[in-house]
Amino acid sequence: MAPKLPPQPPLEHSSAATAGGAAAHHAPPRGMLRWLLTTNHKEIGSLYLIFSLIMFFIGGIFALVVRAELFQPGLQLVNPEFFNQMTTMHGLIMVFAAVMPAFTGLANWMIPLQIGAPDMALPRLNNFSFWLLPVAFLLLLSTLLMPGGGPNFGWTFYAPLSTTFAPPSTTFFILSLHIAGISSILGAINIVATILNMRAPGMRMMDMPLFVWTWLITAFLLIAVMPVLAGVITMMLMDINFGTSFFNAAGGGDPVLFQHLFWFFGHPEVYIMILPAFGIVSAIIPTFARKPLFGYASMVYATASIALLSFLVWAHHMFVVGLPLVAELFFMYTTMLIAVPTGVKVFNWITTLFRGSITFEPPMLFALAFVVLFTIGGFSGLMLAIAPADFQYHDTYFVVAHFHYVLVPGAVFAIMAGVYYWLPKWTGHYPNVRLSQWHFWLSVIGVNLTFFPMHFSGLAGMPRRIPDYALQFADFNLVSSLGAFMFGASQLVFVAVVILCVRGGEKAPAKAWEGAEDLEWSVPSPAPLHTFETPPTFSPHVH
Amino acid sequence: MSGGSYYVPATSKWPILGSLALGVMMIGTGMVLVHGRGTPVMATGLAAVLAVMALWFRDVVRESRRGLYDAQMDRSFRWGMGWFIFSEVMFFAAFFGALFYVRTFAIPWLDGEGAKGVAALLWPDFTASWPLMNPPDSSIAGPAATFSPWQLPLVNTLILVASSITLTVAHEGLKEGYRDTTRNWLFATLLLAITFIGIQGVEYYEAYTHYGITLQAGIYGATFFLLTGFHGLHVIIGATILAVMFVRIQRGHFSGDNHFGFEASCWYWHFVDVVWIGLFLFVYVF
Repeated sequence: MAPKLPPQPPLEHSSAATAGGAAAHHAPPRGMLRWLLTTNHKEIGSLYLIFSLIMFFIGGIFALVVRAELFQPGLQLVNPEFFNQMTTMHGLIMVFAAVMPAFTGLANWMIPLQIGAPDMALPRLNNFSFWLLPVAFLLLLSTLLMPGGGPNFGWTFYAPLSTTFAPPSTTFFILSLHIAGISSILGAINIVATILNMRAPGMRMMDMPLFVWTWLITAFLLIAVMPVLAGVITMMLMDINFGTSFFNAAGGGDPVLFQHLFWFFGHPEVYIMILPAFGIVSAIIPTFARKPLFGYASMVYATASIALLSFLVWAHHMFVVGLPLVAELFFMYTTMLIAVPTGVKVFNWITTLFRGSITFEPPMLFALAFVVLFTIGGFSGLMLAIAPADFQYHDTYFVVAHFHYVLVPGAVFAIMAGVYYWLPKWTGHYPNVRLSQWHFWLSVIGVNLTFFPMHFSGLAGMPRRIPDYALQFADFNLVSSLGAFMFGASQLVFVAVVILCVRGGEKAPAKAWEGAEDLEWSVPSPAPLHTFETPPTFSPHVH
Repeated sequence: MSGGSYYVPATSKWPILGSLALGVMMIGTGMVLVHGRGTPVMATGLAAVLAVMALWFRDVVRESRRGLYDAQMDRSFRWGMGWFIFSEVMFFAAFFGALFYVRTFAIPWLDGEGAKGVAALLWPDFTASWPLMNPPDSSIAGPAATFSPWQLPLVNTLILVASSITLTVAHEGLKEGYRDTTRNWLFATLLLAITFIGIQGVEYYEAYTHYGITLQAGIYGATFFLLTGFHGLHVIIGATILAVMFVRIQRGHFSGDNHFGFEASCWYWHFVDVVWIGLFLFVYVF
């Protein structure tokens, strides 16, 4: 570890940013009411992050039930029906209640600080967007207690498993997803309005930090595809309750129609979960390499290209469903095309590191692990993109390995990197270095133990979402299960780091990291409740 | 970017109450659909959602009237409304996509077209057609007849297009400061909107009683009611917004250069109109 630098004098804009008046502004209500009514982007950001952390543990416990059952062949702990509910709820909770709200929480906290805005553009809508989430996910979790159990058809809820053969609670699942969708759309509209309209005077679009850029593009994706999800679950609701035939071939509909609509939402959705991660990593690597980001403009264009291509690749999830040959070829080539802008990004990160003065603070550790491990996930994605090869890999643990590599050491590591990076700004204290390193190394080892063997069991033909397996997969699964429990337990260290950091620790100056350049480092640490009540003057630095 | 200080609104109880109200409404809806009881819960939730919306918008109108909103706030509202309408466009895009997919791929494949011959083995006697009068399985009765596009649907098209024109006249009047013009043409727009909703009601009645077009009548009935139903719901919402605008005009709200509430309702109404053009073409004509 490099020694921490002595406190630096704040940058020029901070004096105006924090000049008095905040207390007189609006005295916040006391107690619980303060959190229920808050319109403050920092408080709402914290609410999102805490909610996401709780859901991360709930979804994690579901995953550990799955891994405990798969520890050895045969059925031992849970019955197959409950196993299916666990795989389904694990996916739904992690995607919609853990990863997405975590990024939204970071957006709430950091976008106004990074663009020099006093708050989000529509603060009450912001409060509404957050408080919809606990309502939605309490309703979703309650389905586990309903007669017939909760959703058991996988997080992709393919018809007719989710319509004709679904448990009665599916209607509640659909309604809860509607609430979560409203939350996402309103949150995304708010973020777009904030970025387009609230930037400090003088900050042009191409001056924005990449976290802001990636979130702008992510918000566009959210606004474009969450309504499609709302549409497809509405059609499910009607098939279940009103006797329509959307996904029923007997009436002229088609179950494959469900898959097309779902994945038209679902593929942009996976980029919704990774683009903000790119933004976080693009902030951290230059800071700790002490060099400006290599290829800022190409990063922006690459992000936009990935977002646009994400609308043209959805059927690569459906190669074995019986698509016409021309569709197989089209979706295979468009999918491979995404490797180009993604490669640009990885190249830029590595080139930023090249000849930099690198130090390995906790955020940097997670960011570097992100680059390496996300790239592994990207490469297995490239393998899956090859349609004839996918005929072999489809619905095996190879797919599970692939998307967990991009989501856990990808999205989740980036979130943790972001938390370690910005904790000094939020709390005024540095996170405990020794504990953070323990958290990092246990997580890296745990995550690879869990997911790397899945490549092998998948290539050998082990199917996903099955509670039992053939004997030859026993060793790989044993390693995966041990790794999963190790990874899960090491997240308790993360909670300890965060709690300790909130309560105390080494004091952080306004500019907590030596190489950090963006606007958020010009306000004091911890950031006061109200910042930038008058616009700061922004002088662009060279990207 | 504004040069002075920013406007940051005070806290409000409506968002949290709105979340709870929506939760109650969804739980009630689920109870009604799954267990066949719970109508009071659903009704309470719906009433609460509507009340919260009304009170929240009332607060916004009052703050706007007090002159609290600056030019930057106005731009935030514009971006917000614009992107909200885009999200609605994508909602309908999913439904149109489903319609095109079924008509172009699913039904011909069930009849054995292309490489999808296997699907044809399920119902060998099935013949593809659109509108699909005879669904593949005999347990599902198709519609007995379909609407001619050149009767009520054409009338409704003309009504909705006319309503967009009358609304534009009302908007121009507001911009030029002719409030009577605005009030009268807005009133005409409202009448056209209500007429449209009434005719749709007649058409739905006809569909169920004489045409055999029902939700259960295979994919034709399903797509018909999905598209026209959600469009009709949006017309009702749009008409409600215009009714509020009418009341606000009566009370002397808005000025020639500061009337985004009115303009947003115009955007929404034109969006509803454009969706109908798509519906008229692809649900009724072709």
